[in-house]
Amino acid sequence: MPQDYVPVFLQVLAGIFFAVSTLAVSVLIGKRGRDSVAKDTAYECGKDPIGDVHTRFSVKFYLVAMLFILFDIEVVFMYTWAVVYRDMVHHSLAIFYSMFTFIGILFVGYLYALKKKAFDWTHTPGSSSPNRS
Amino acid sequence: MITPYFANMPADVPGWVPDVFITLIKIFILVNVILGLVSYTVMAERKISAAIQDRIGPNRTGVPLGGVNILGLFTMPRWSIWGLGQPLADALKFMLKEEFTPAHVNKFYFWLAPAMAMVPALLTICVIPFASSHPVVLPFFDYTMKAPGVIADVGIGVLLIFAIASLGVYGIVLAGWSSNSKYPFLGGIRSSAQMISYEVSMGLSVIPLFLVMGNLRLSDVVQYQVDHGWTVLPFLAATWPWHNGASYLLWLPMLISFLIFLVSAFAETNRLPFDLPESETELVGGYHTEYSAMKFALFFLGEYAAMIVASSLMVTLFLGGWSLPLPFYMAWQDQWWSIPIYAFVFLLKMLLFIVLFIWVRWTLPRFRYDQLMSLGWKFILPISLANIVLTGILLAIVG
Repeated sequence: MPQDYVPVFLQVLAGIFFAVSTLAVSVLIGKRGRDSVAKDTAYECGKDPIGDVHTRFSVKFYLVAMLFILFDIEVVFMYTWAVVYRDMVHHSLAIFYSMFTFIGILFVGYLYALKKKAFDWTHTPGSSSPNRS
Repeated sequence: MITPYFANMPADVPGWVPDVFITLIKIFILVNVILGLVSYTVMAERKISAAIQDRIGPNRTGVPLGGVNILGLFTMPRWSIWGLGQPLADALKFMLKEEFTPAHVNKFYFWLAPAMAMVPALLTICVIPFASSHPVVLPFFDYTMKAPGVIADVGIGVLLIFAIASLGVYGIVLAGWSSNSKYPFLGGIRSSAQMISYEVSMGLSVIPLFLVMGNLRLSDVVQYQVDHGWTVLPFLAATWPWHNGASYLLWLPMLISFLIFLVSAFAETNRLPFDLPESETELVGGYHTEYSAMKFALFFLGEYAAMIVASSLMVTLFLGGWSLPLPFYMAWQDQWWSIPIYAFVFLLKMLLFIVLFIWVRWTLPRFRYDQLMSLGWKFILPISLANIVLTGILLAIVG
């Protein structure tokens, strides 16, 4: 029922109010310090910043993000299935076979990612250095 | 749908007004309880870590304004009460520090990020039942509370928690990216990869529970545990449950679910041994290196609030929520005065997990990043998938 979600909406407002009000109070009563050039530089352990601030980072992070999207969508499918499973499995095993075919296909995809070393963080594609751990 | 009215309410006030009013009071109480808990969890962390390392910990800051004469009437005593005034002093200090925004950051996202880290943790608590959901009649008001023990008794409970909790990643990513600095940037991408990796395992780990219970509404999850025994301790039910053999057959997958959920909860809340996003020895402060004052405090509070939410969720899903296996205790459900008692029991169970979180932090060393990722993707993910299959087969056999 939609009106069940009114309290959720009120809680959202309360959460936003808390975050905004604490930041506002801090701005109002916080002590003001002097400004200087050094204060405005990025923190690099006291040295002047070197090079570009957005450094290049491993492509593995991108792979993990893609795999997450794939797997997380499967999880959402499984919730709807899990809720009705116990009632329906009495009548026929169709719900059993259909979902476990799905999980099987998912698992093949998982094995593919595993064999491609998508989860191996010590392995860099194109280099011949052996895996350490 | 909405029938209750205050006794002497004018006839032209619509029926939903008292409901919204009561909900606002509940939200006010709950948010304040959470914030108080957060402050004293920080305090407990400092005290317990001190005990583990054979130190004393903060023990001086007690009654505020100690020794100061208030308006010439009386002098505040200089009691140190084991340092219990420390959280108040910490909060004041965060507010009084300079609210500094460095020149090199993306201003809007830099300010948005701390709020994005704090707000989801405060939101998710609204679907967790901290007391019974039986309707109770409030005395003096002649008003029936439909679900007194929870703010929003929605049918998708757990799904809503996962949906909102995953918004917490944005706070950290935005903080890392908008800081325009190297350490926060590295901390931010590390953290996001870690959190999304373990989010998959976390989502998969509770599916066996819902295969068994067939309901996502958290108040019904607690009711199921009242009838069939707690998820991880199936012999603890309000009625004597030995006749219910299926609970014991399903015990193994439930235990696996619990362990996976526990490990994922540590990773999701960025606690040791998974605190890679802010590992001091490598990344200075991680994603909040450039933050100070209240903006930093919001990250800090958000992390502890997430820990409290994770503990509450584990209590609700695995340890029977507010229930106890005592028939007379469960018989209080229709009385209005039972709500604080149930909430207190819930709080005690939750504190068990909070102490566990703290204890683990000061006992175990930190993982290396590749170990963290291997554990998540190569070990926990296949096991949680296998656990779903196992539960499905068991249920197909015993029904």
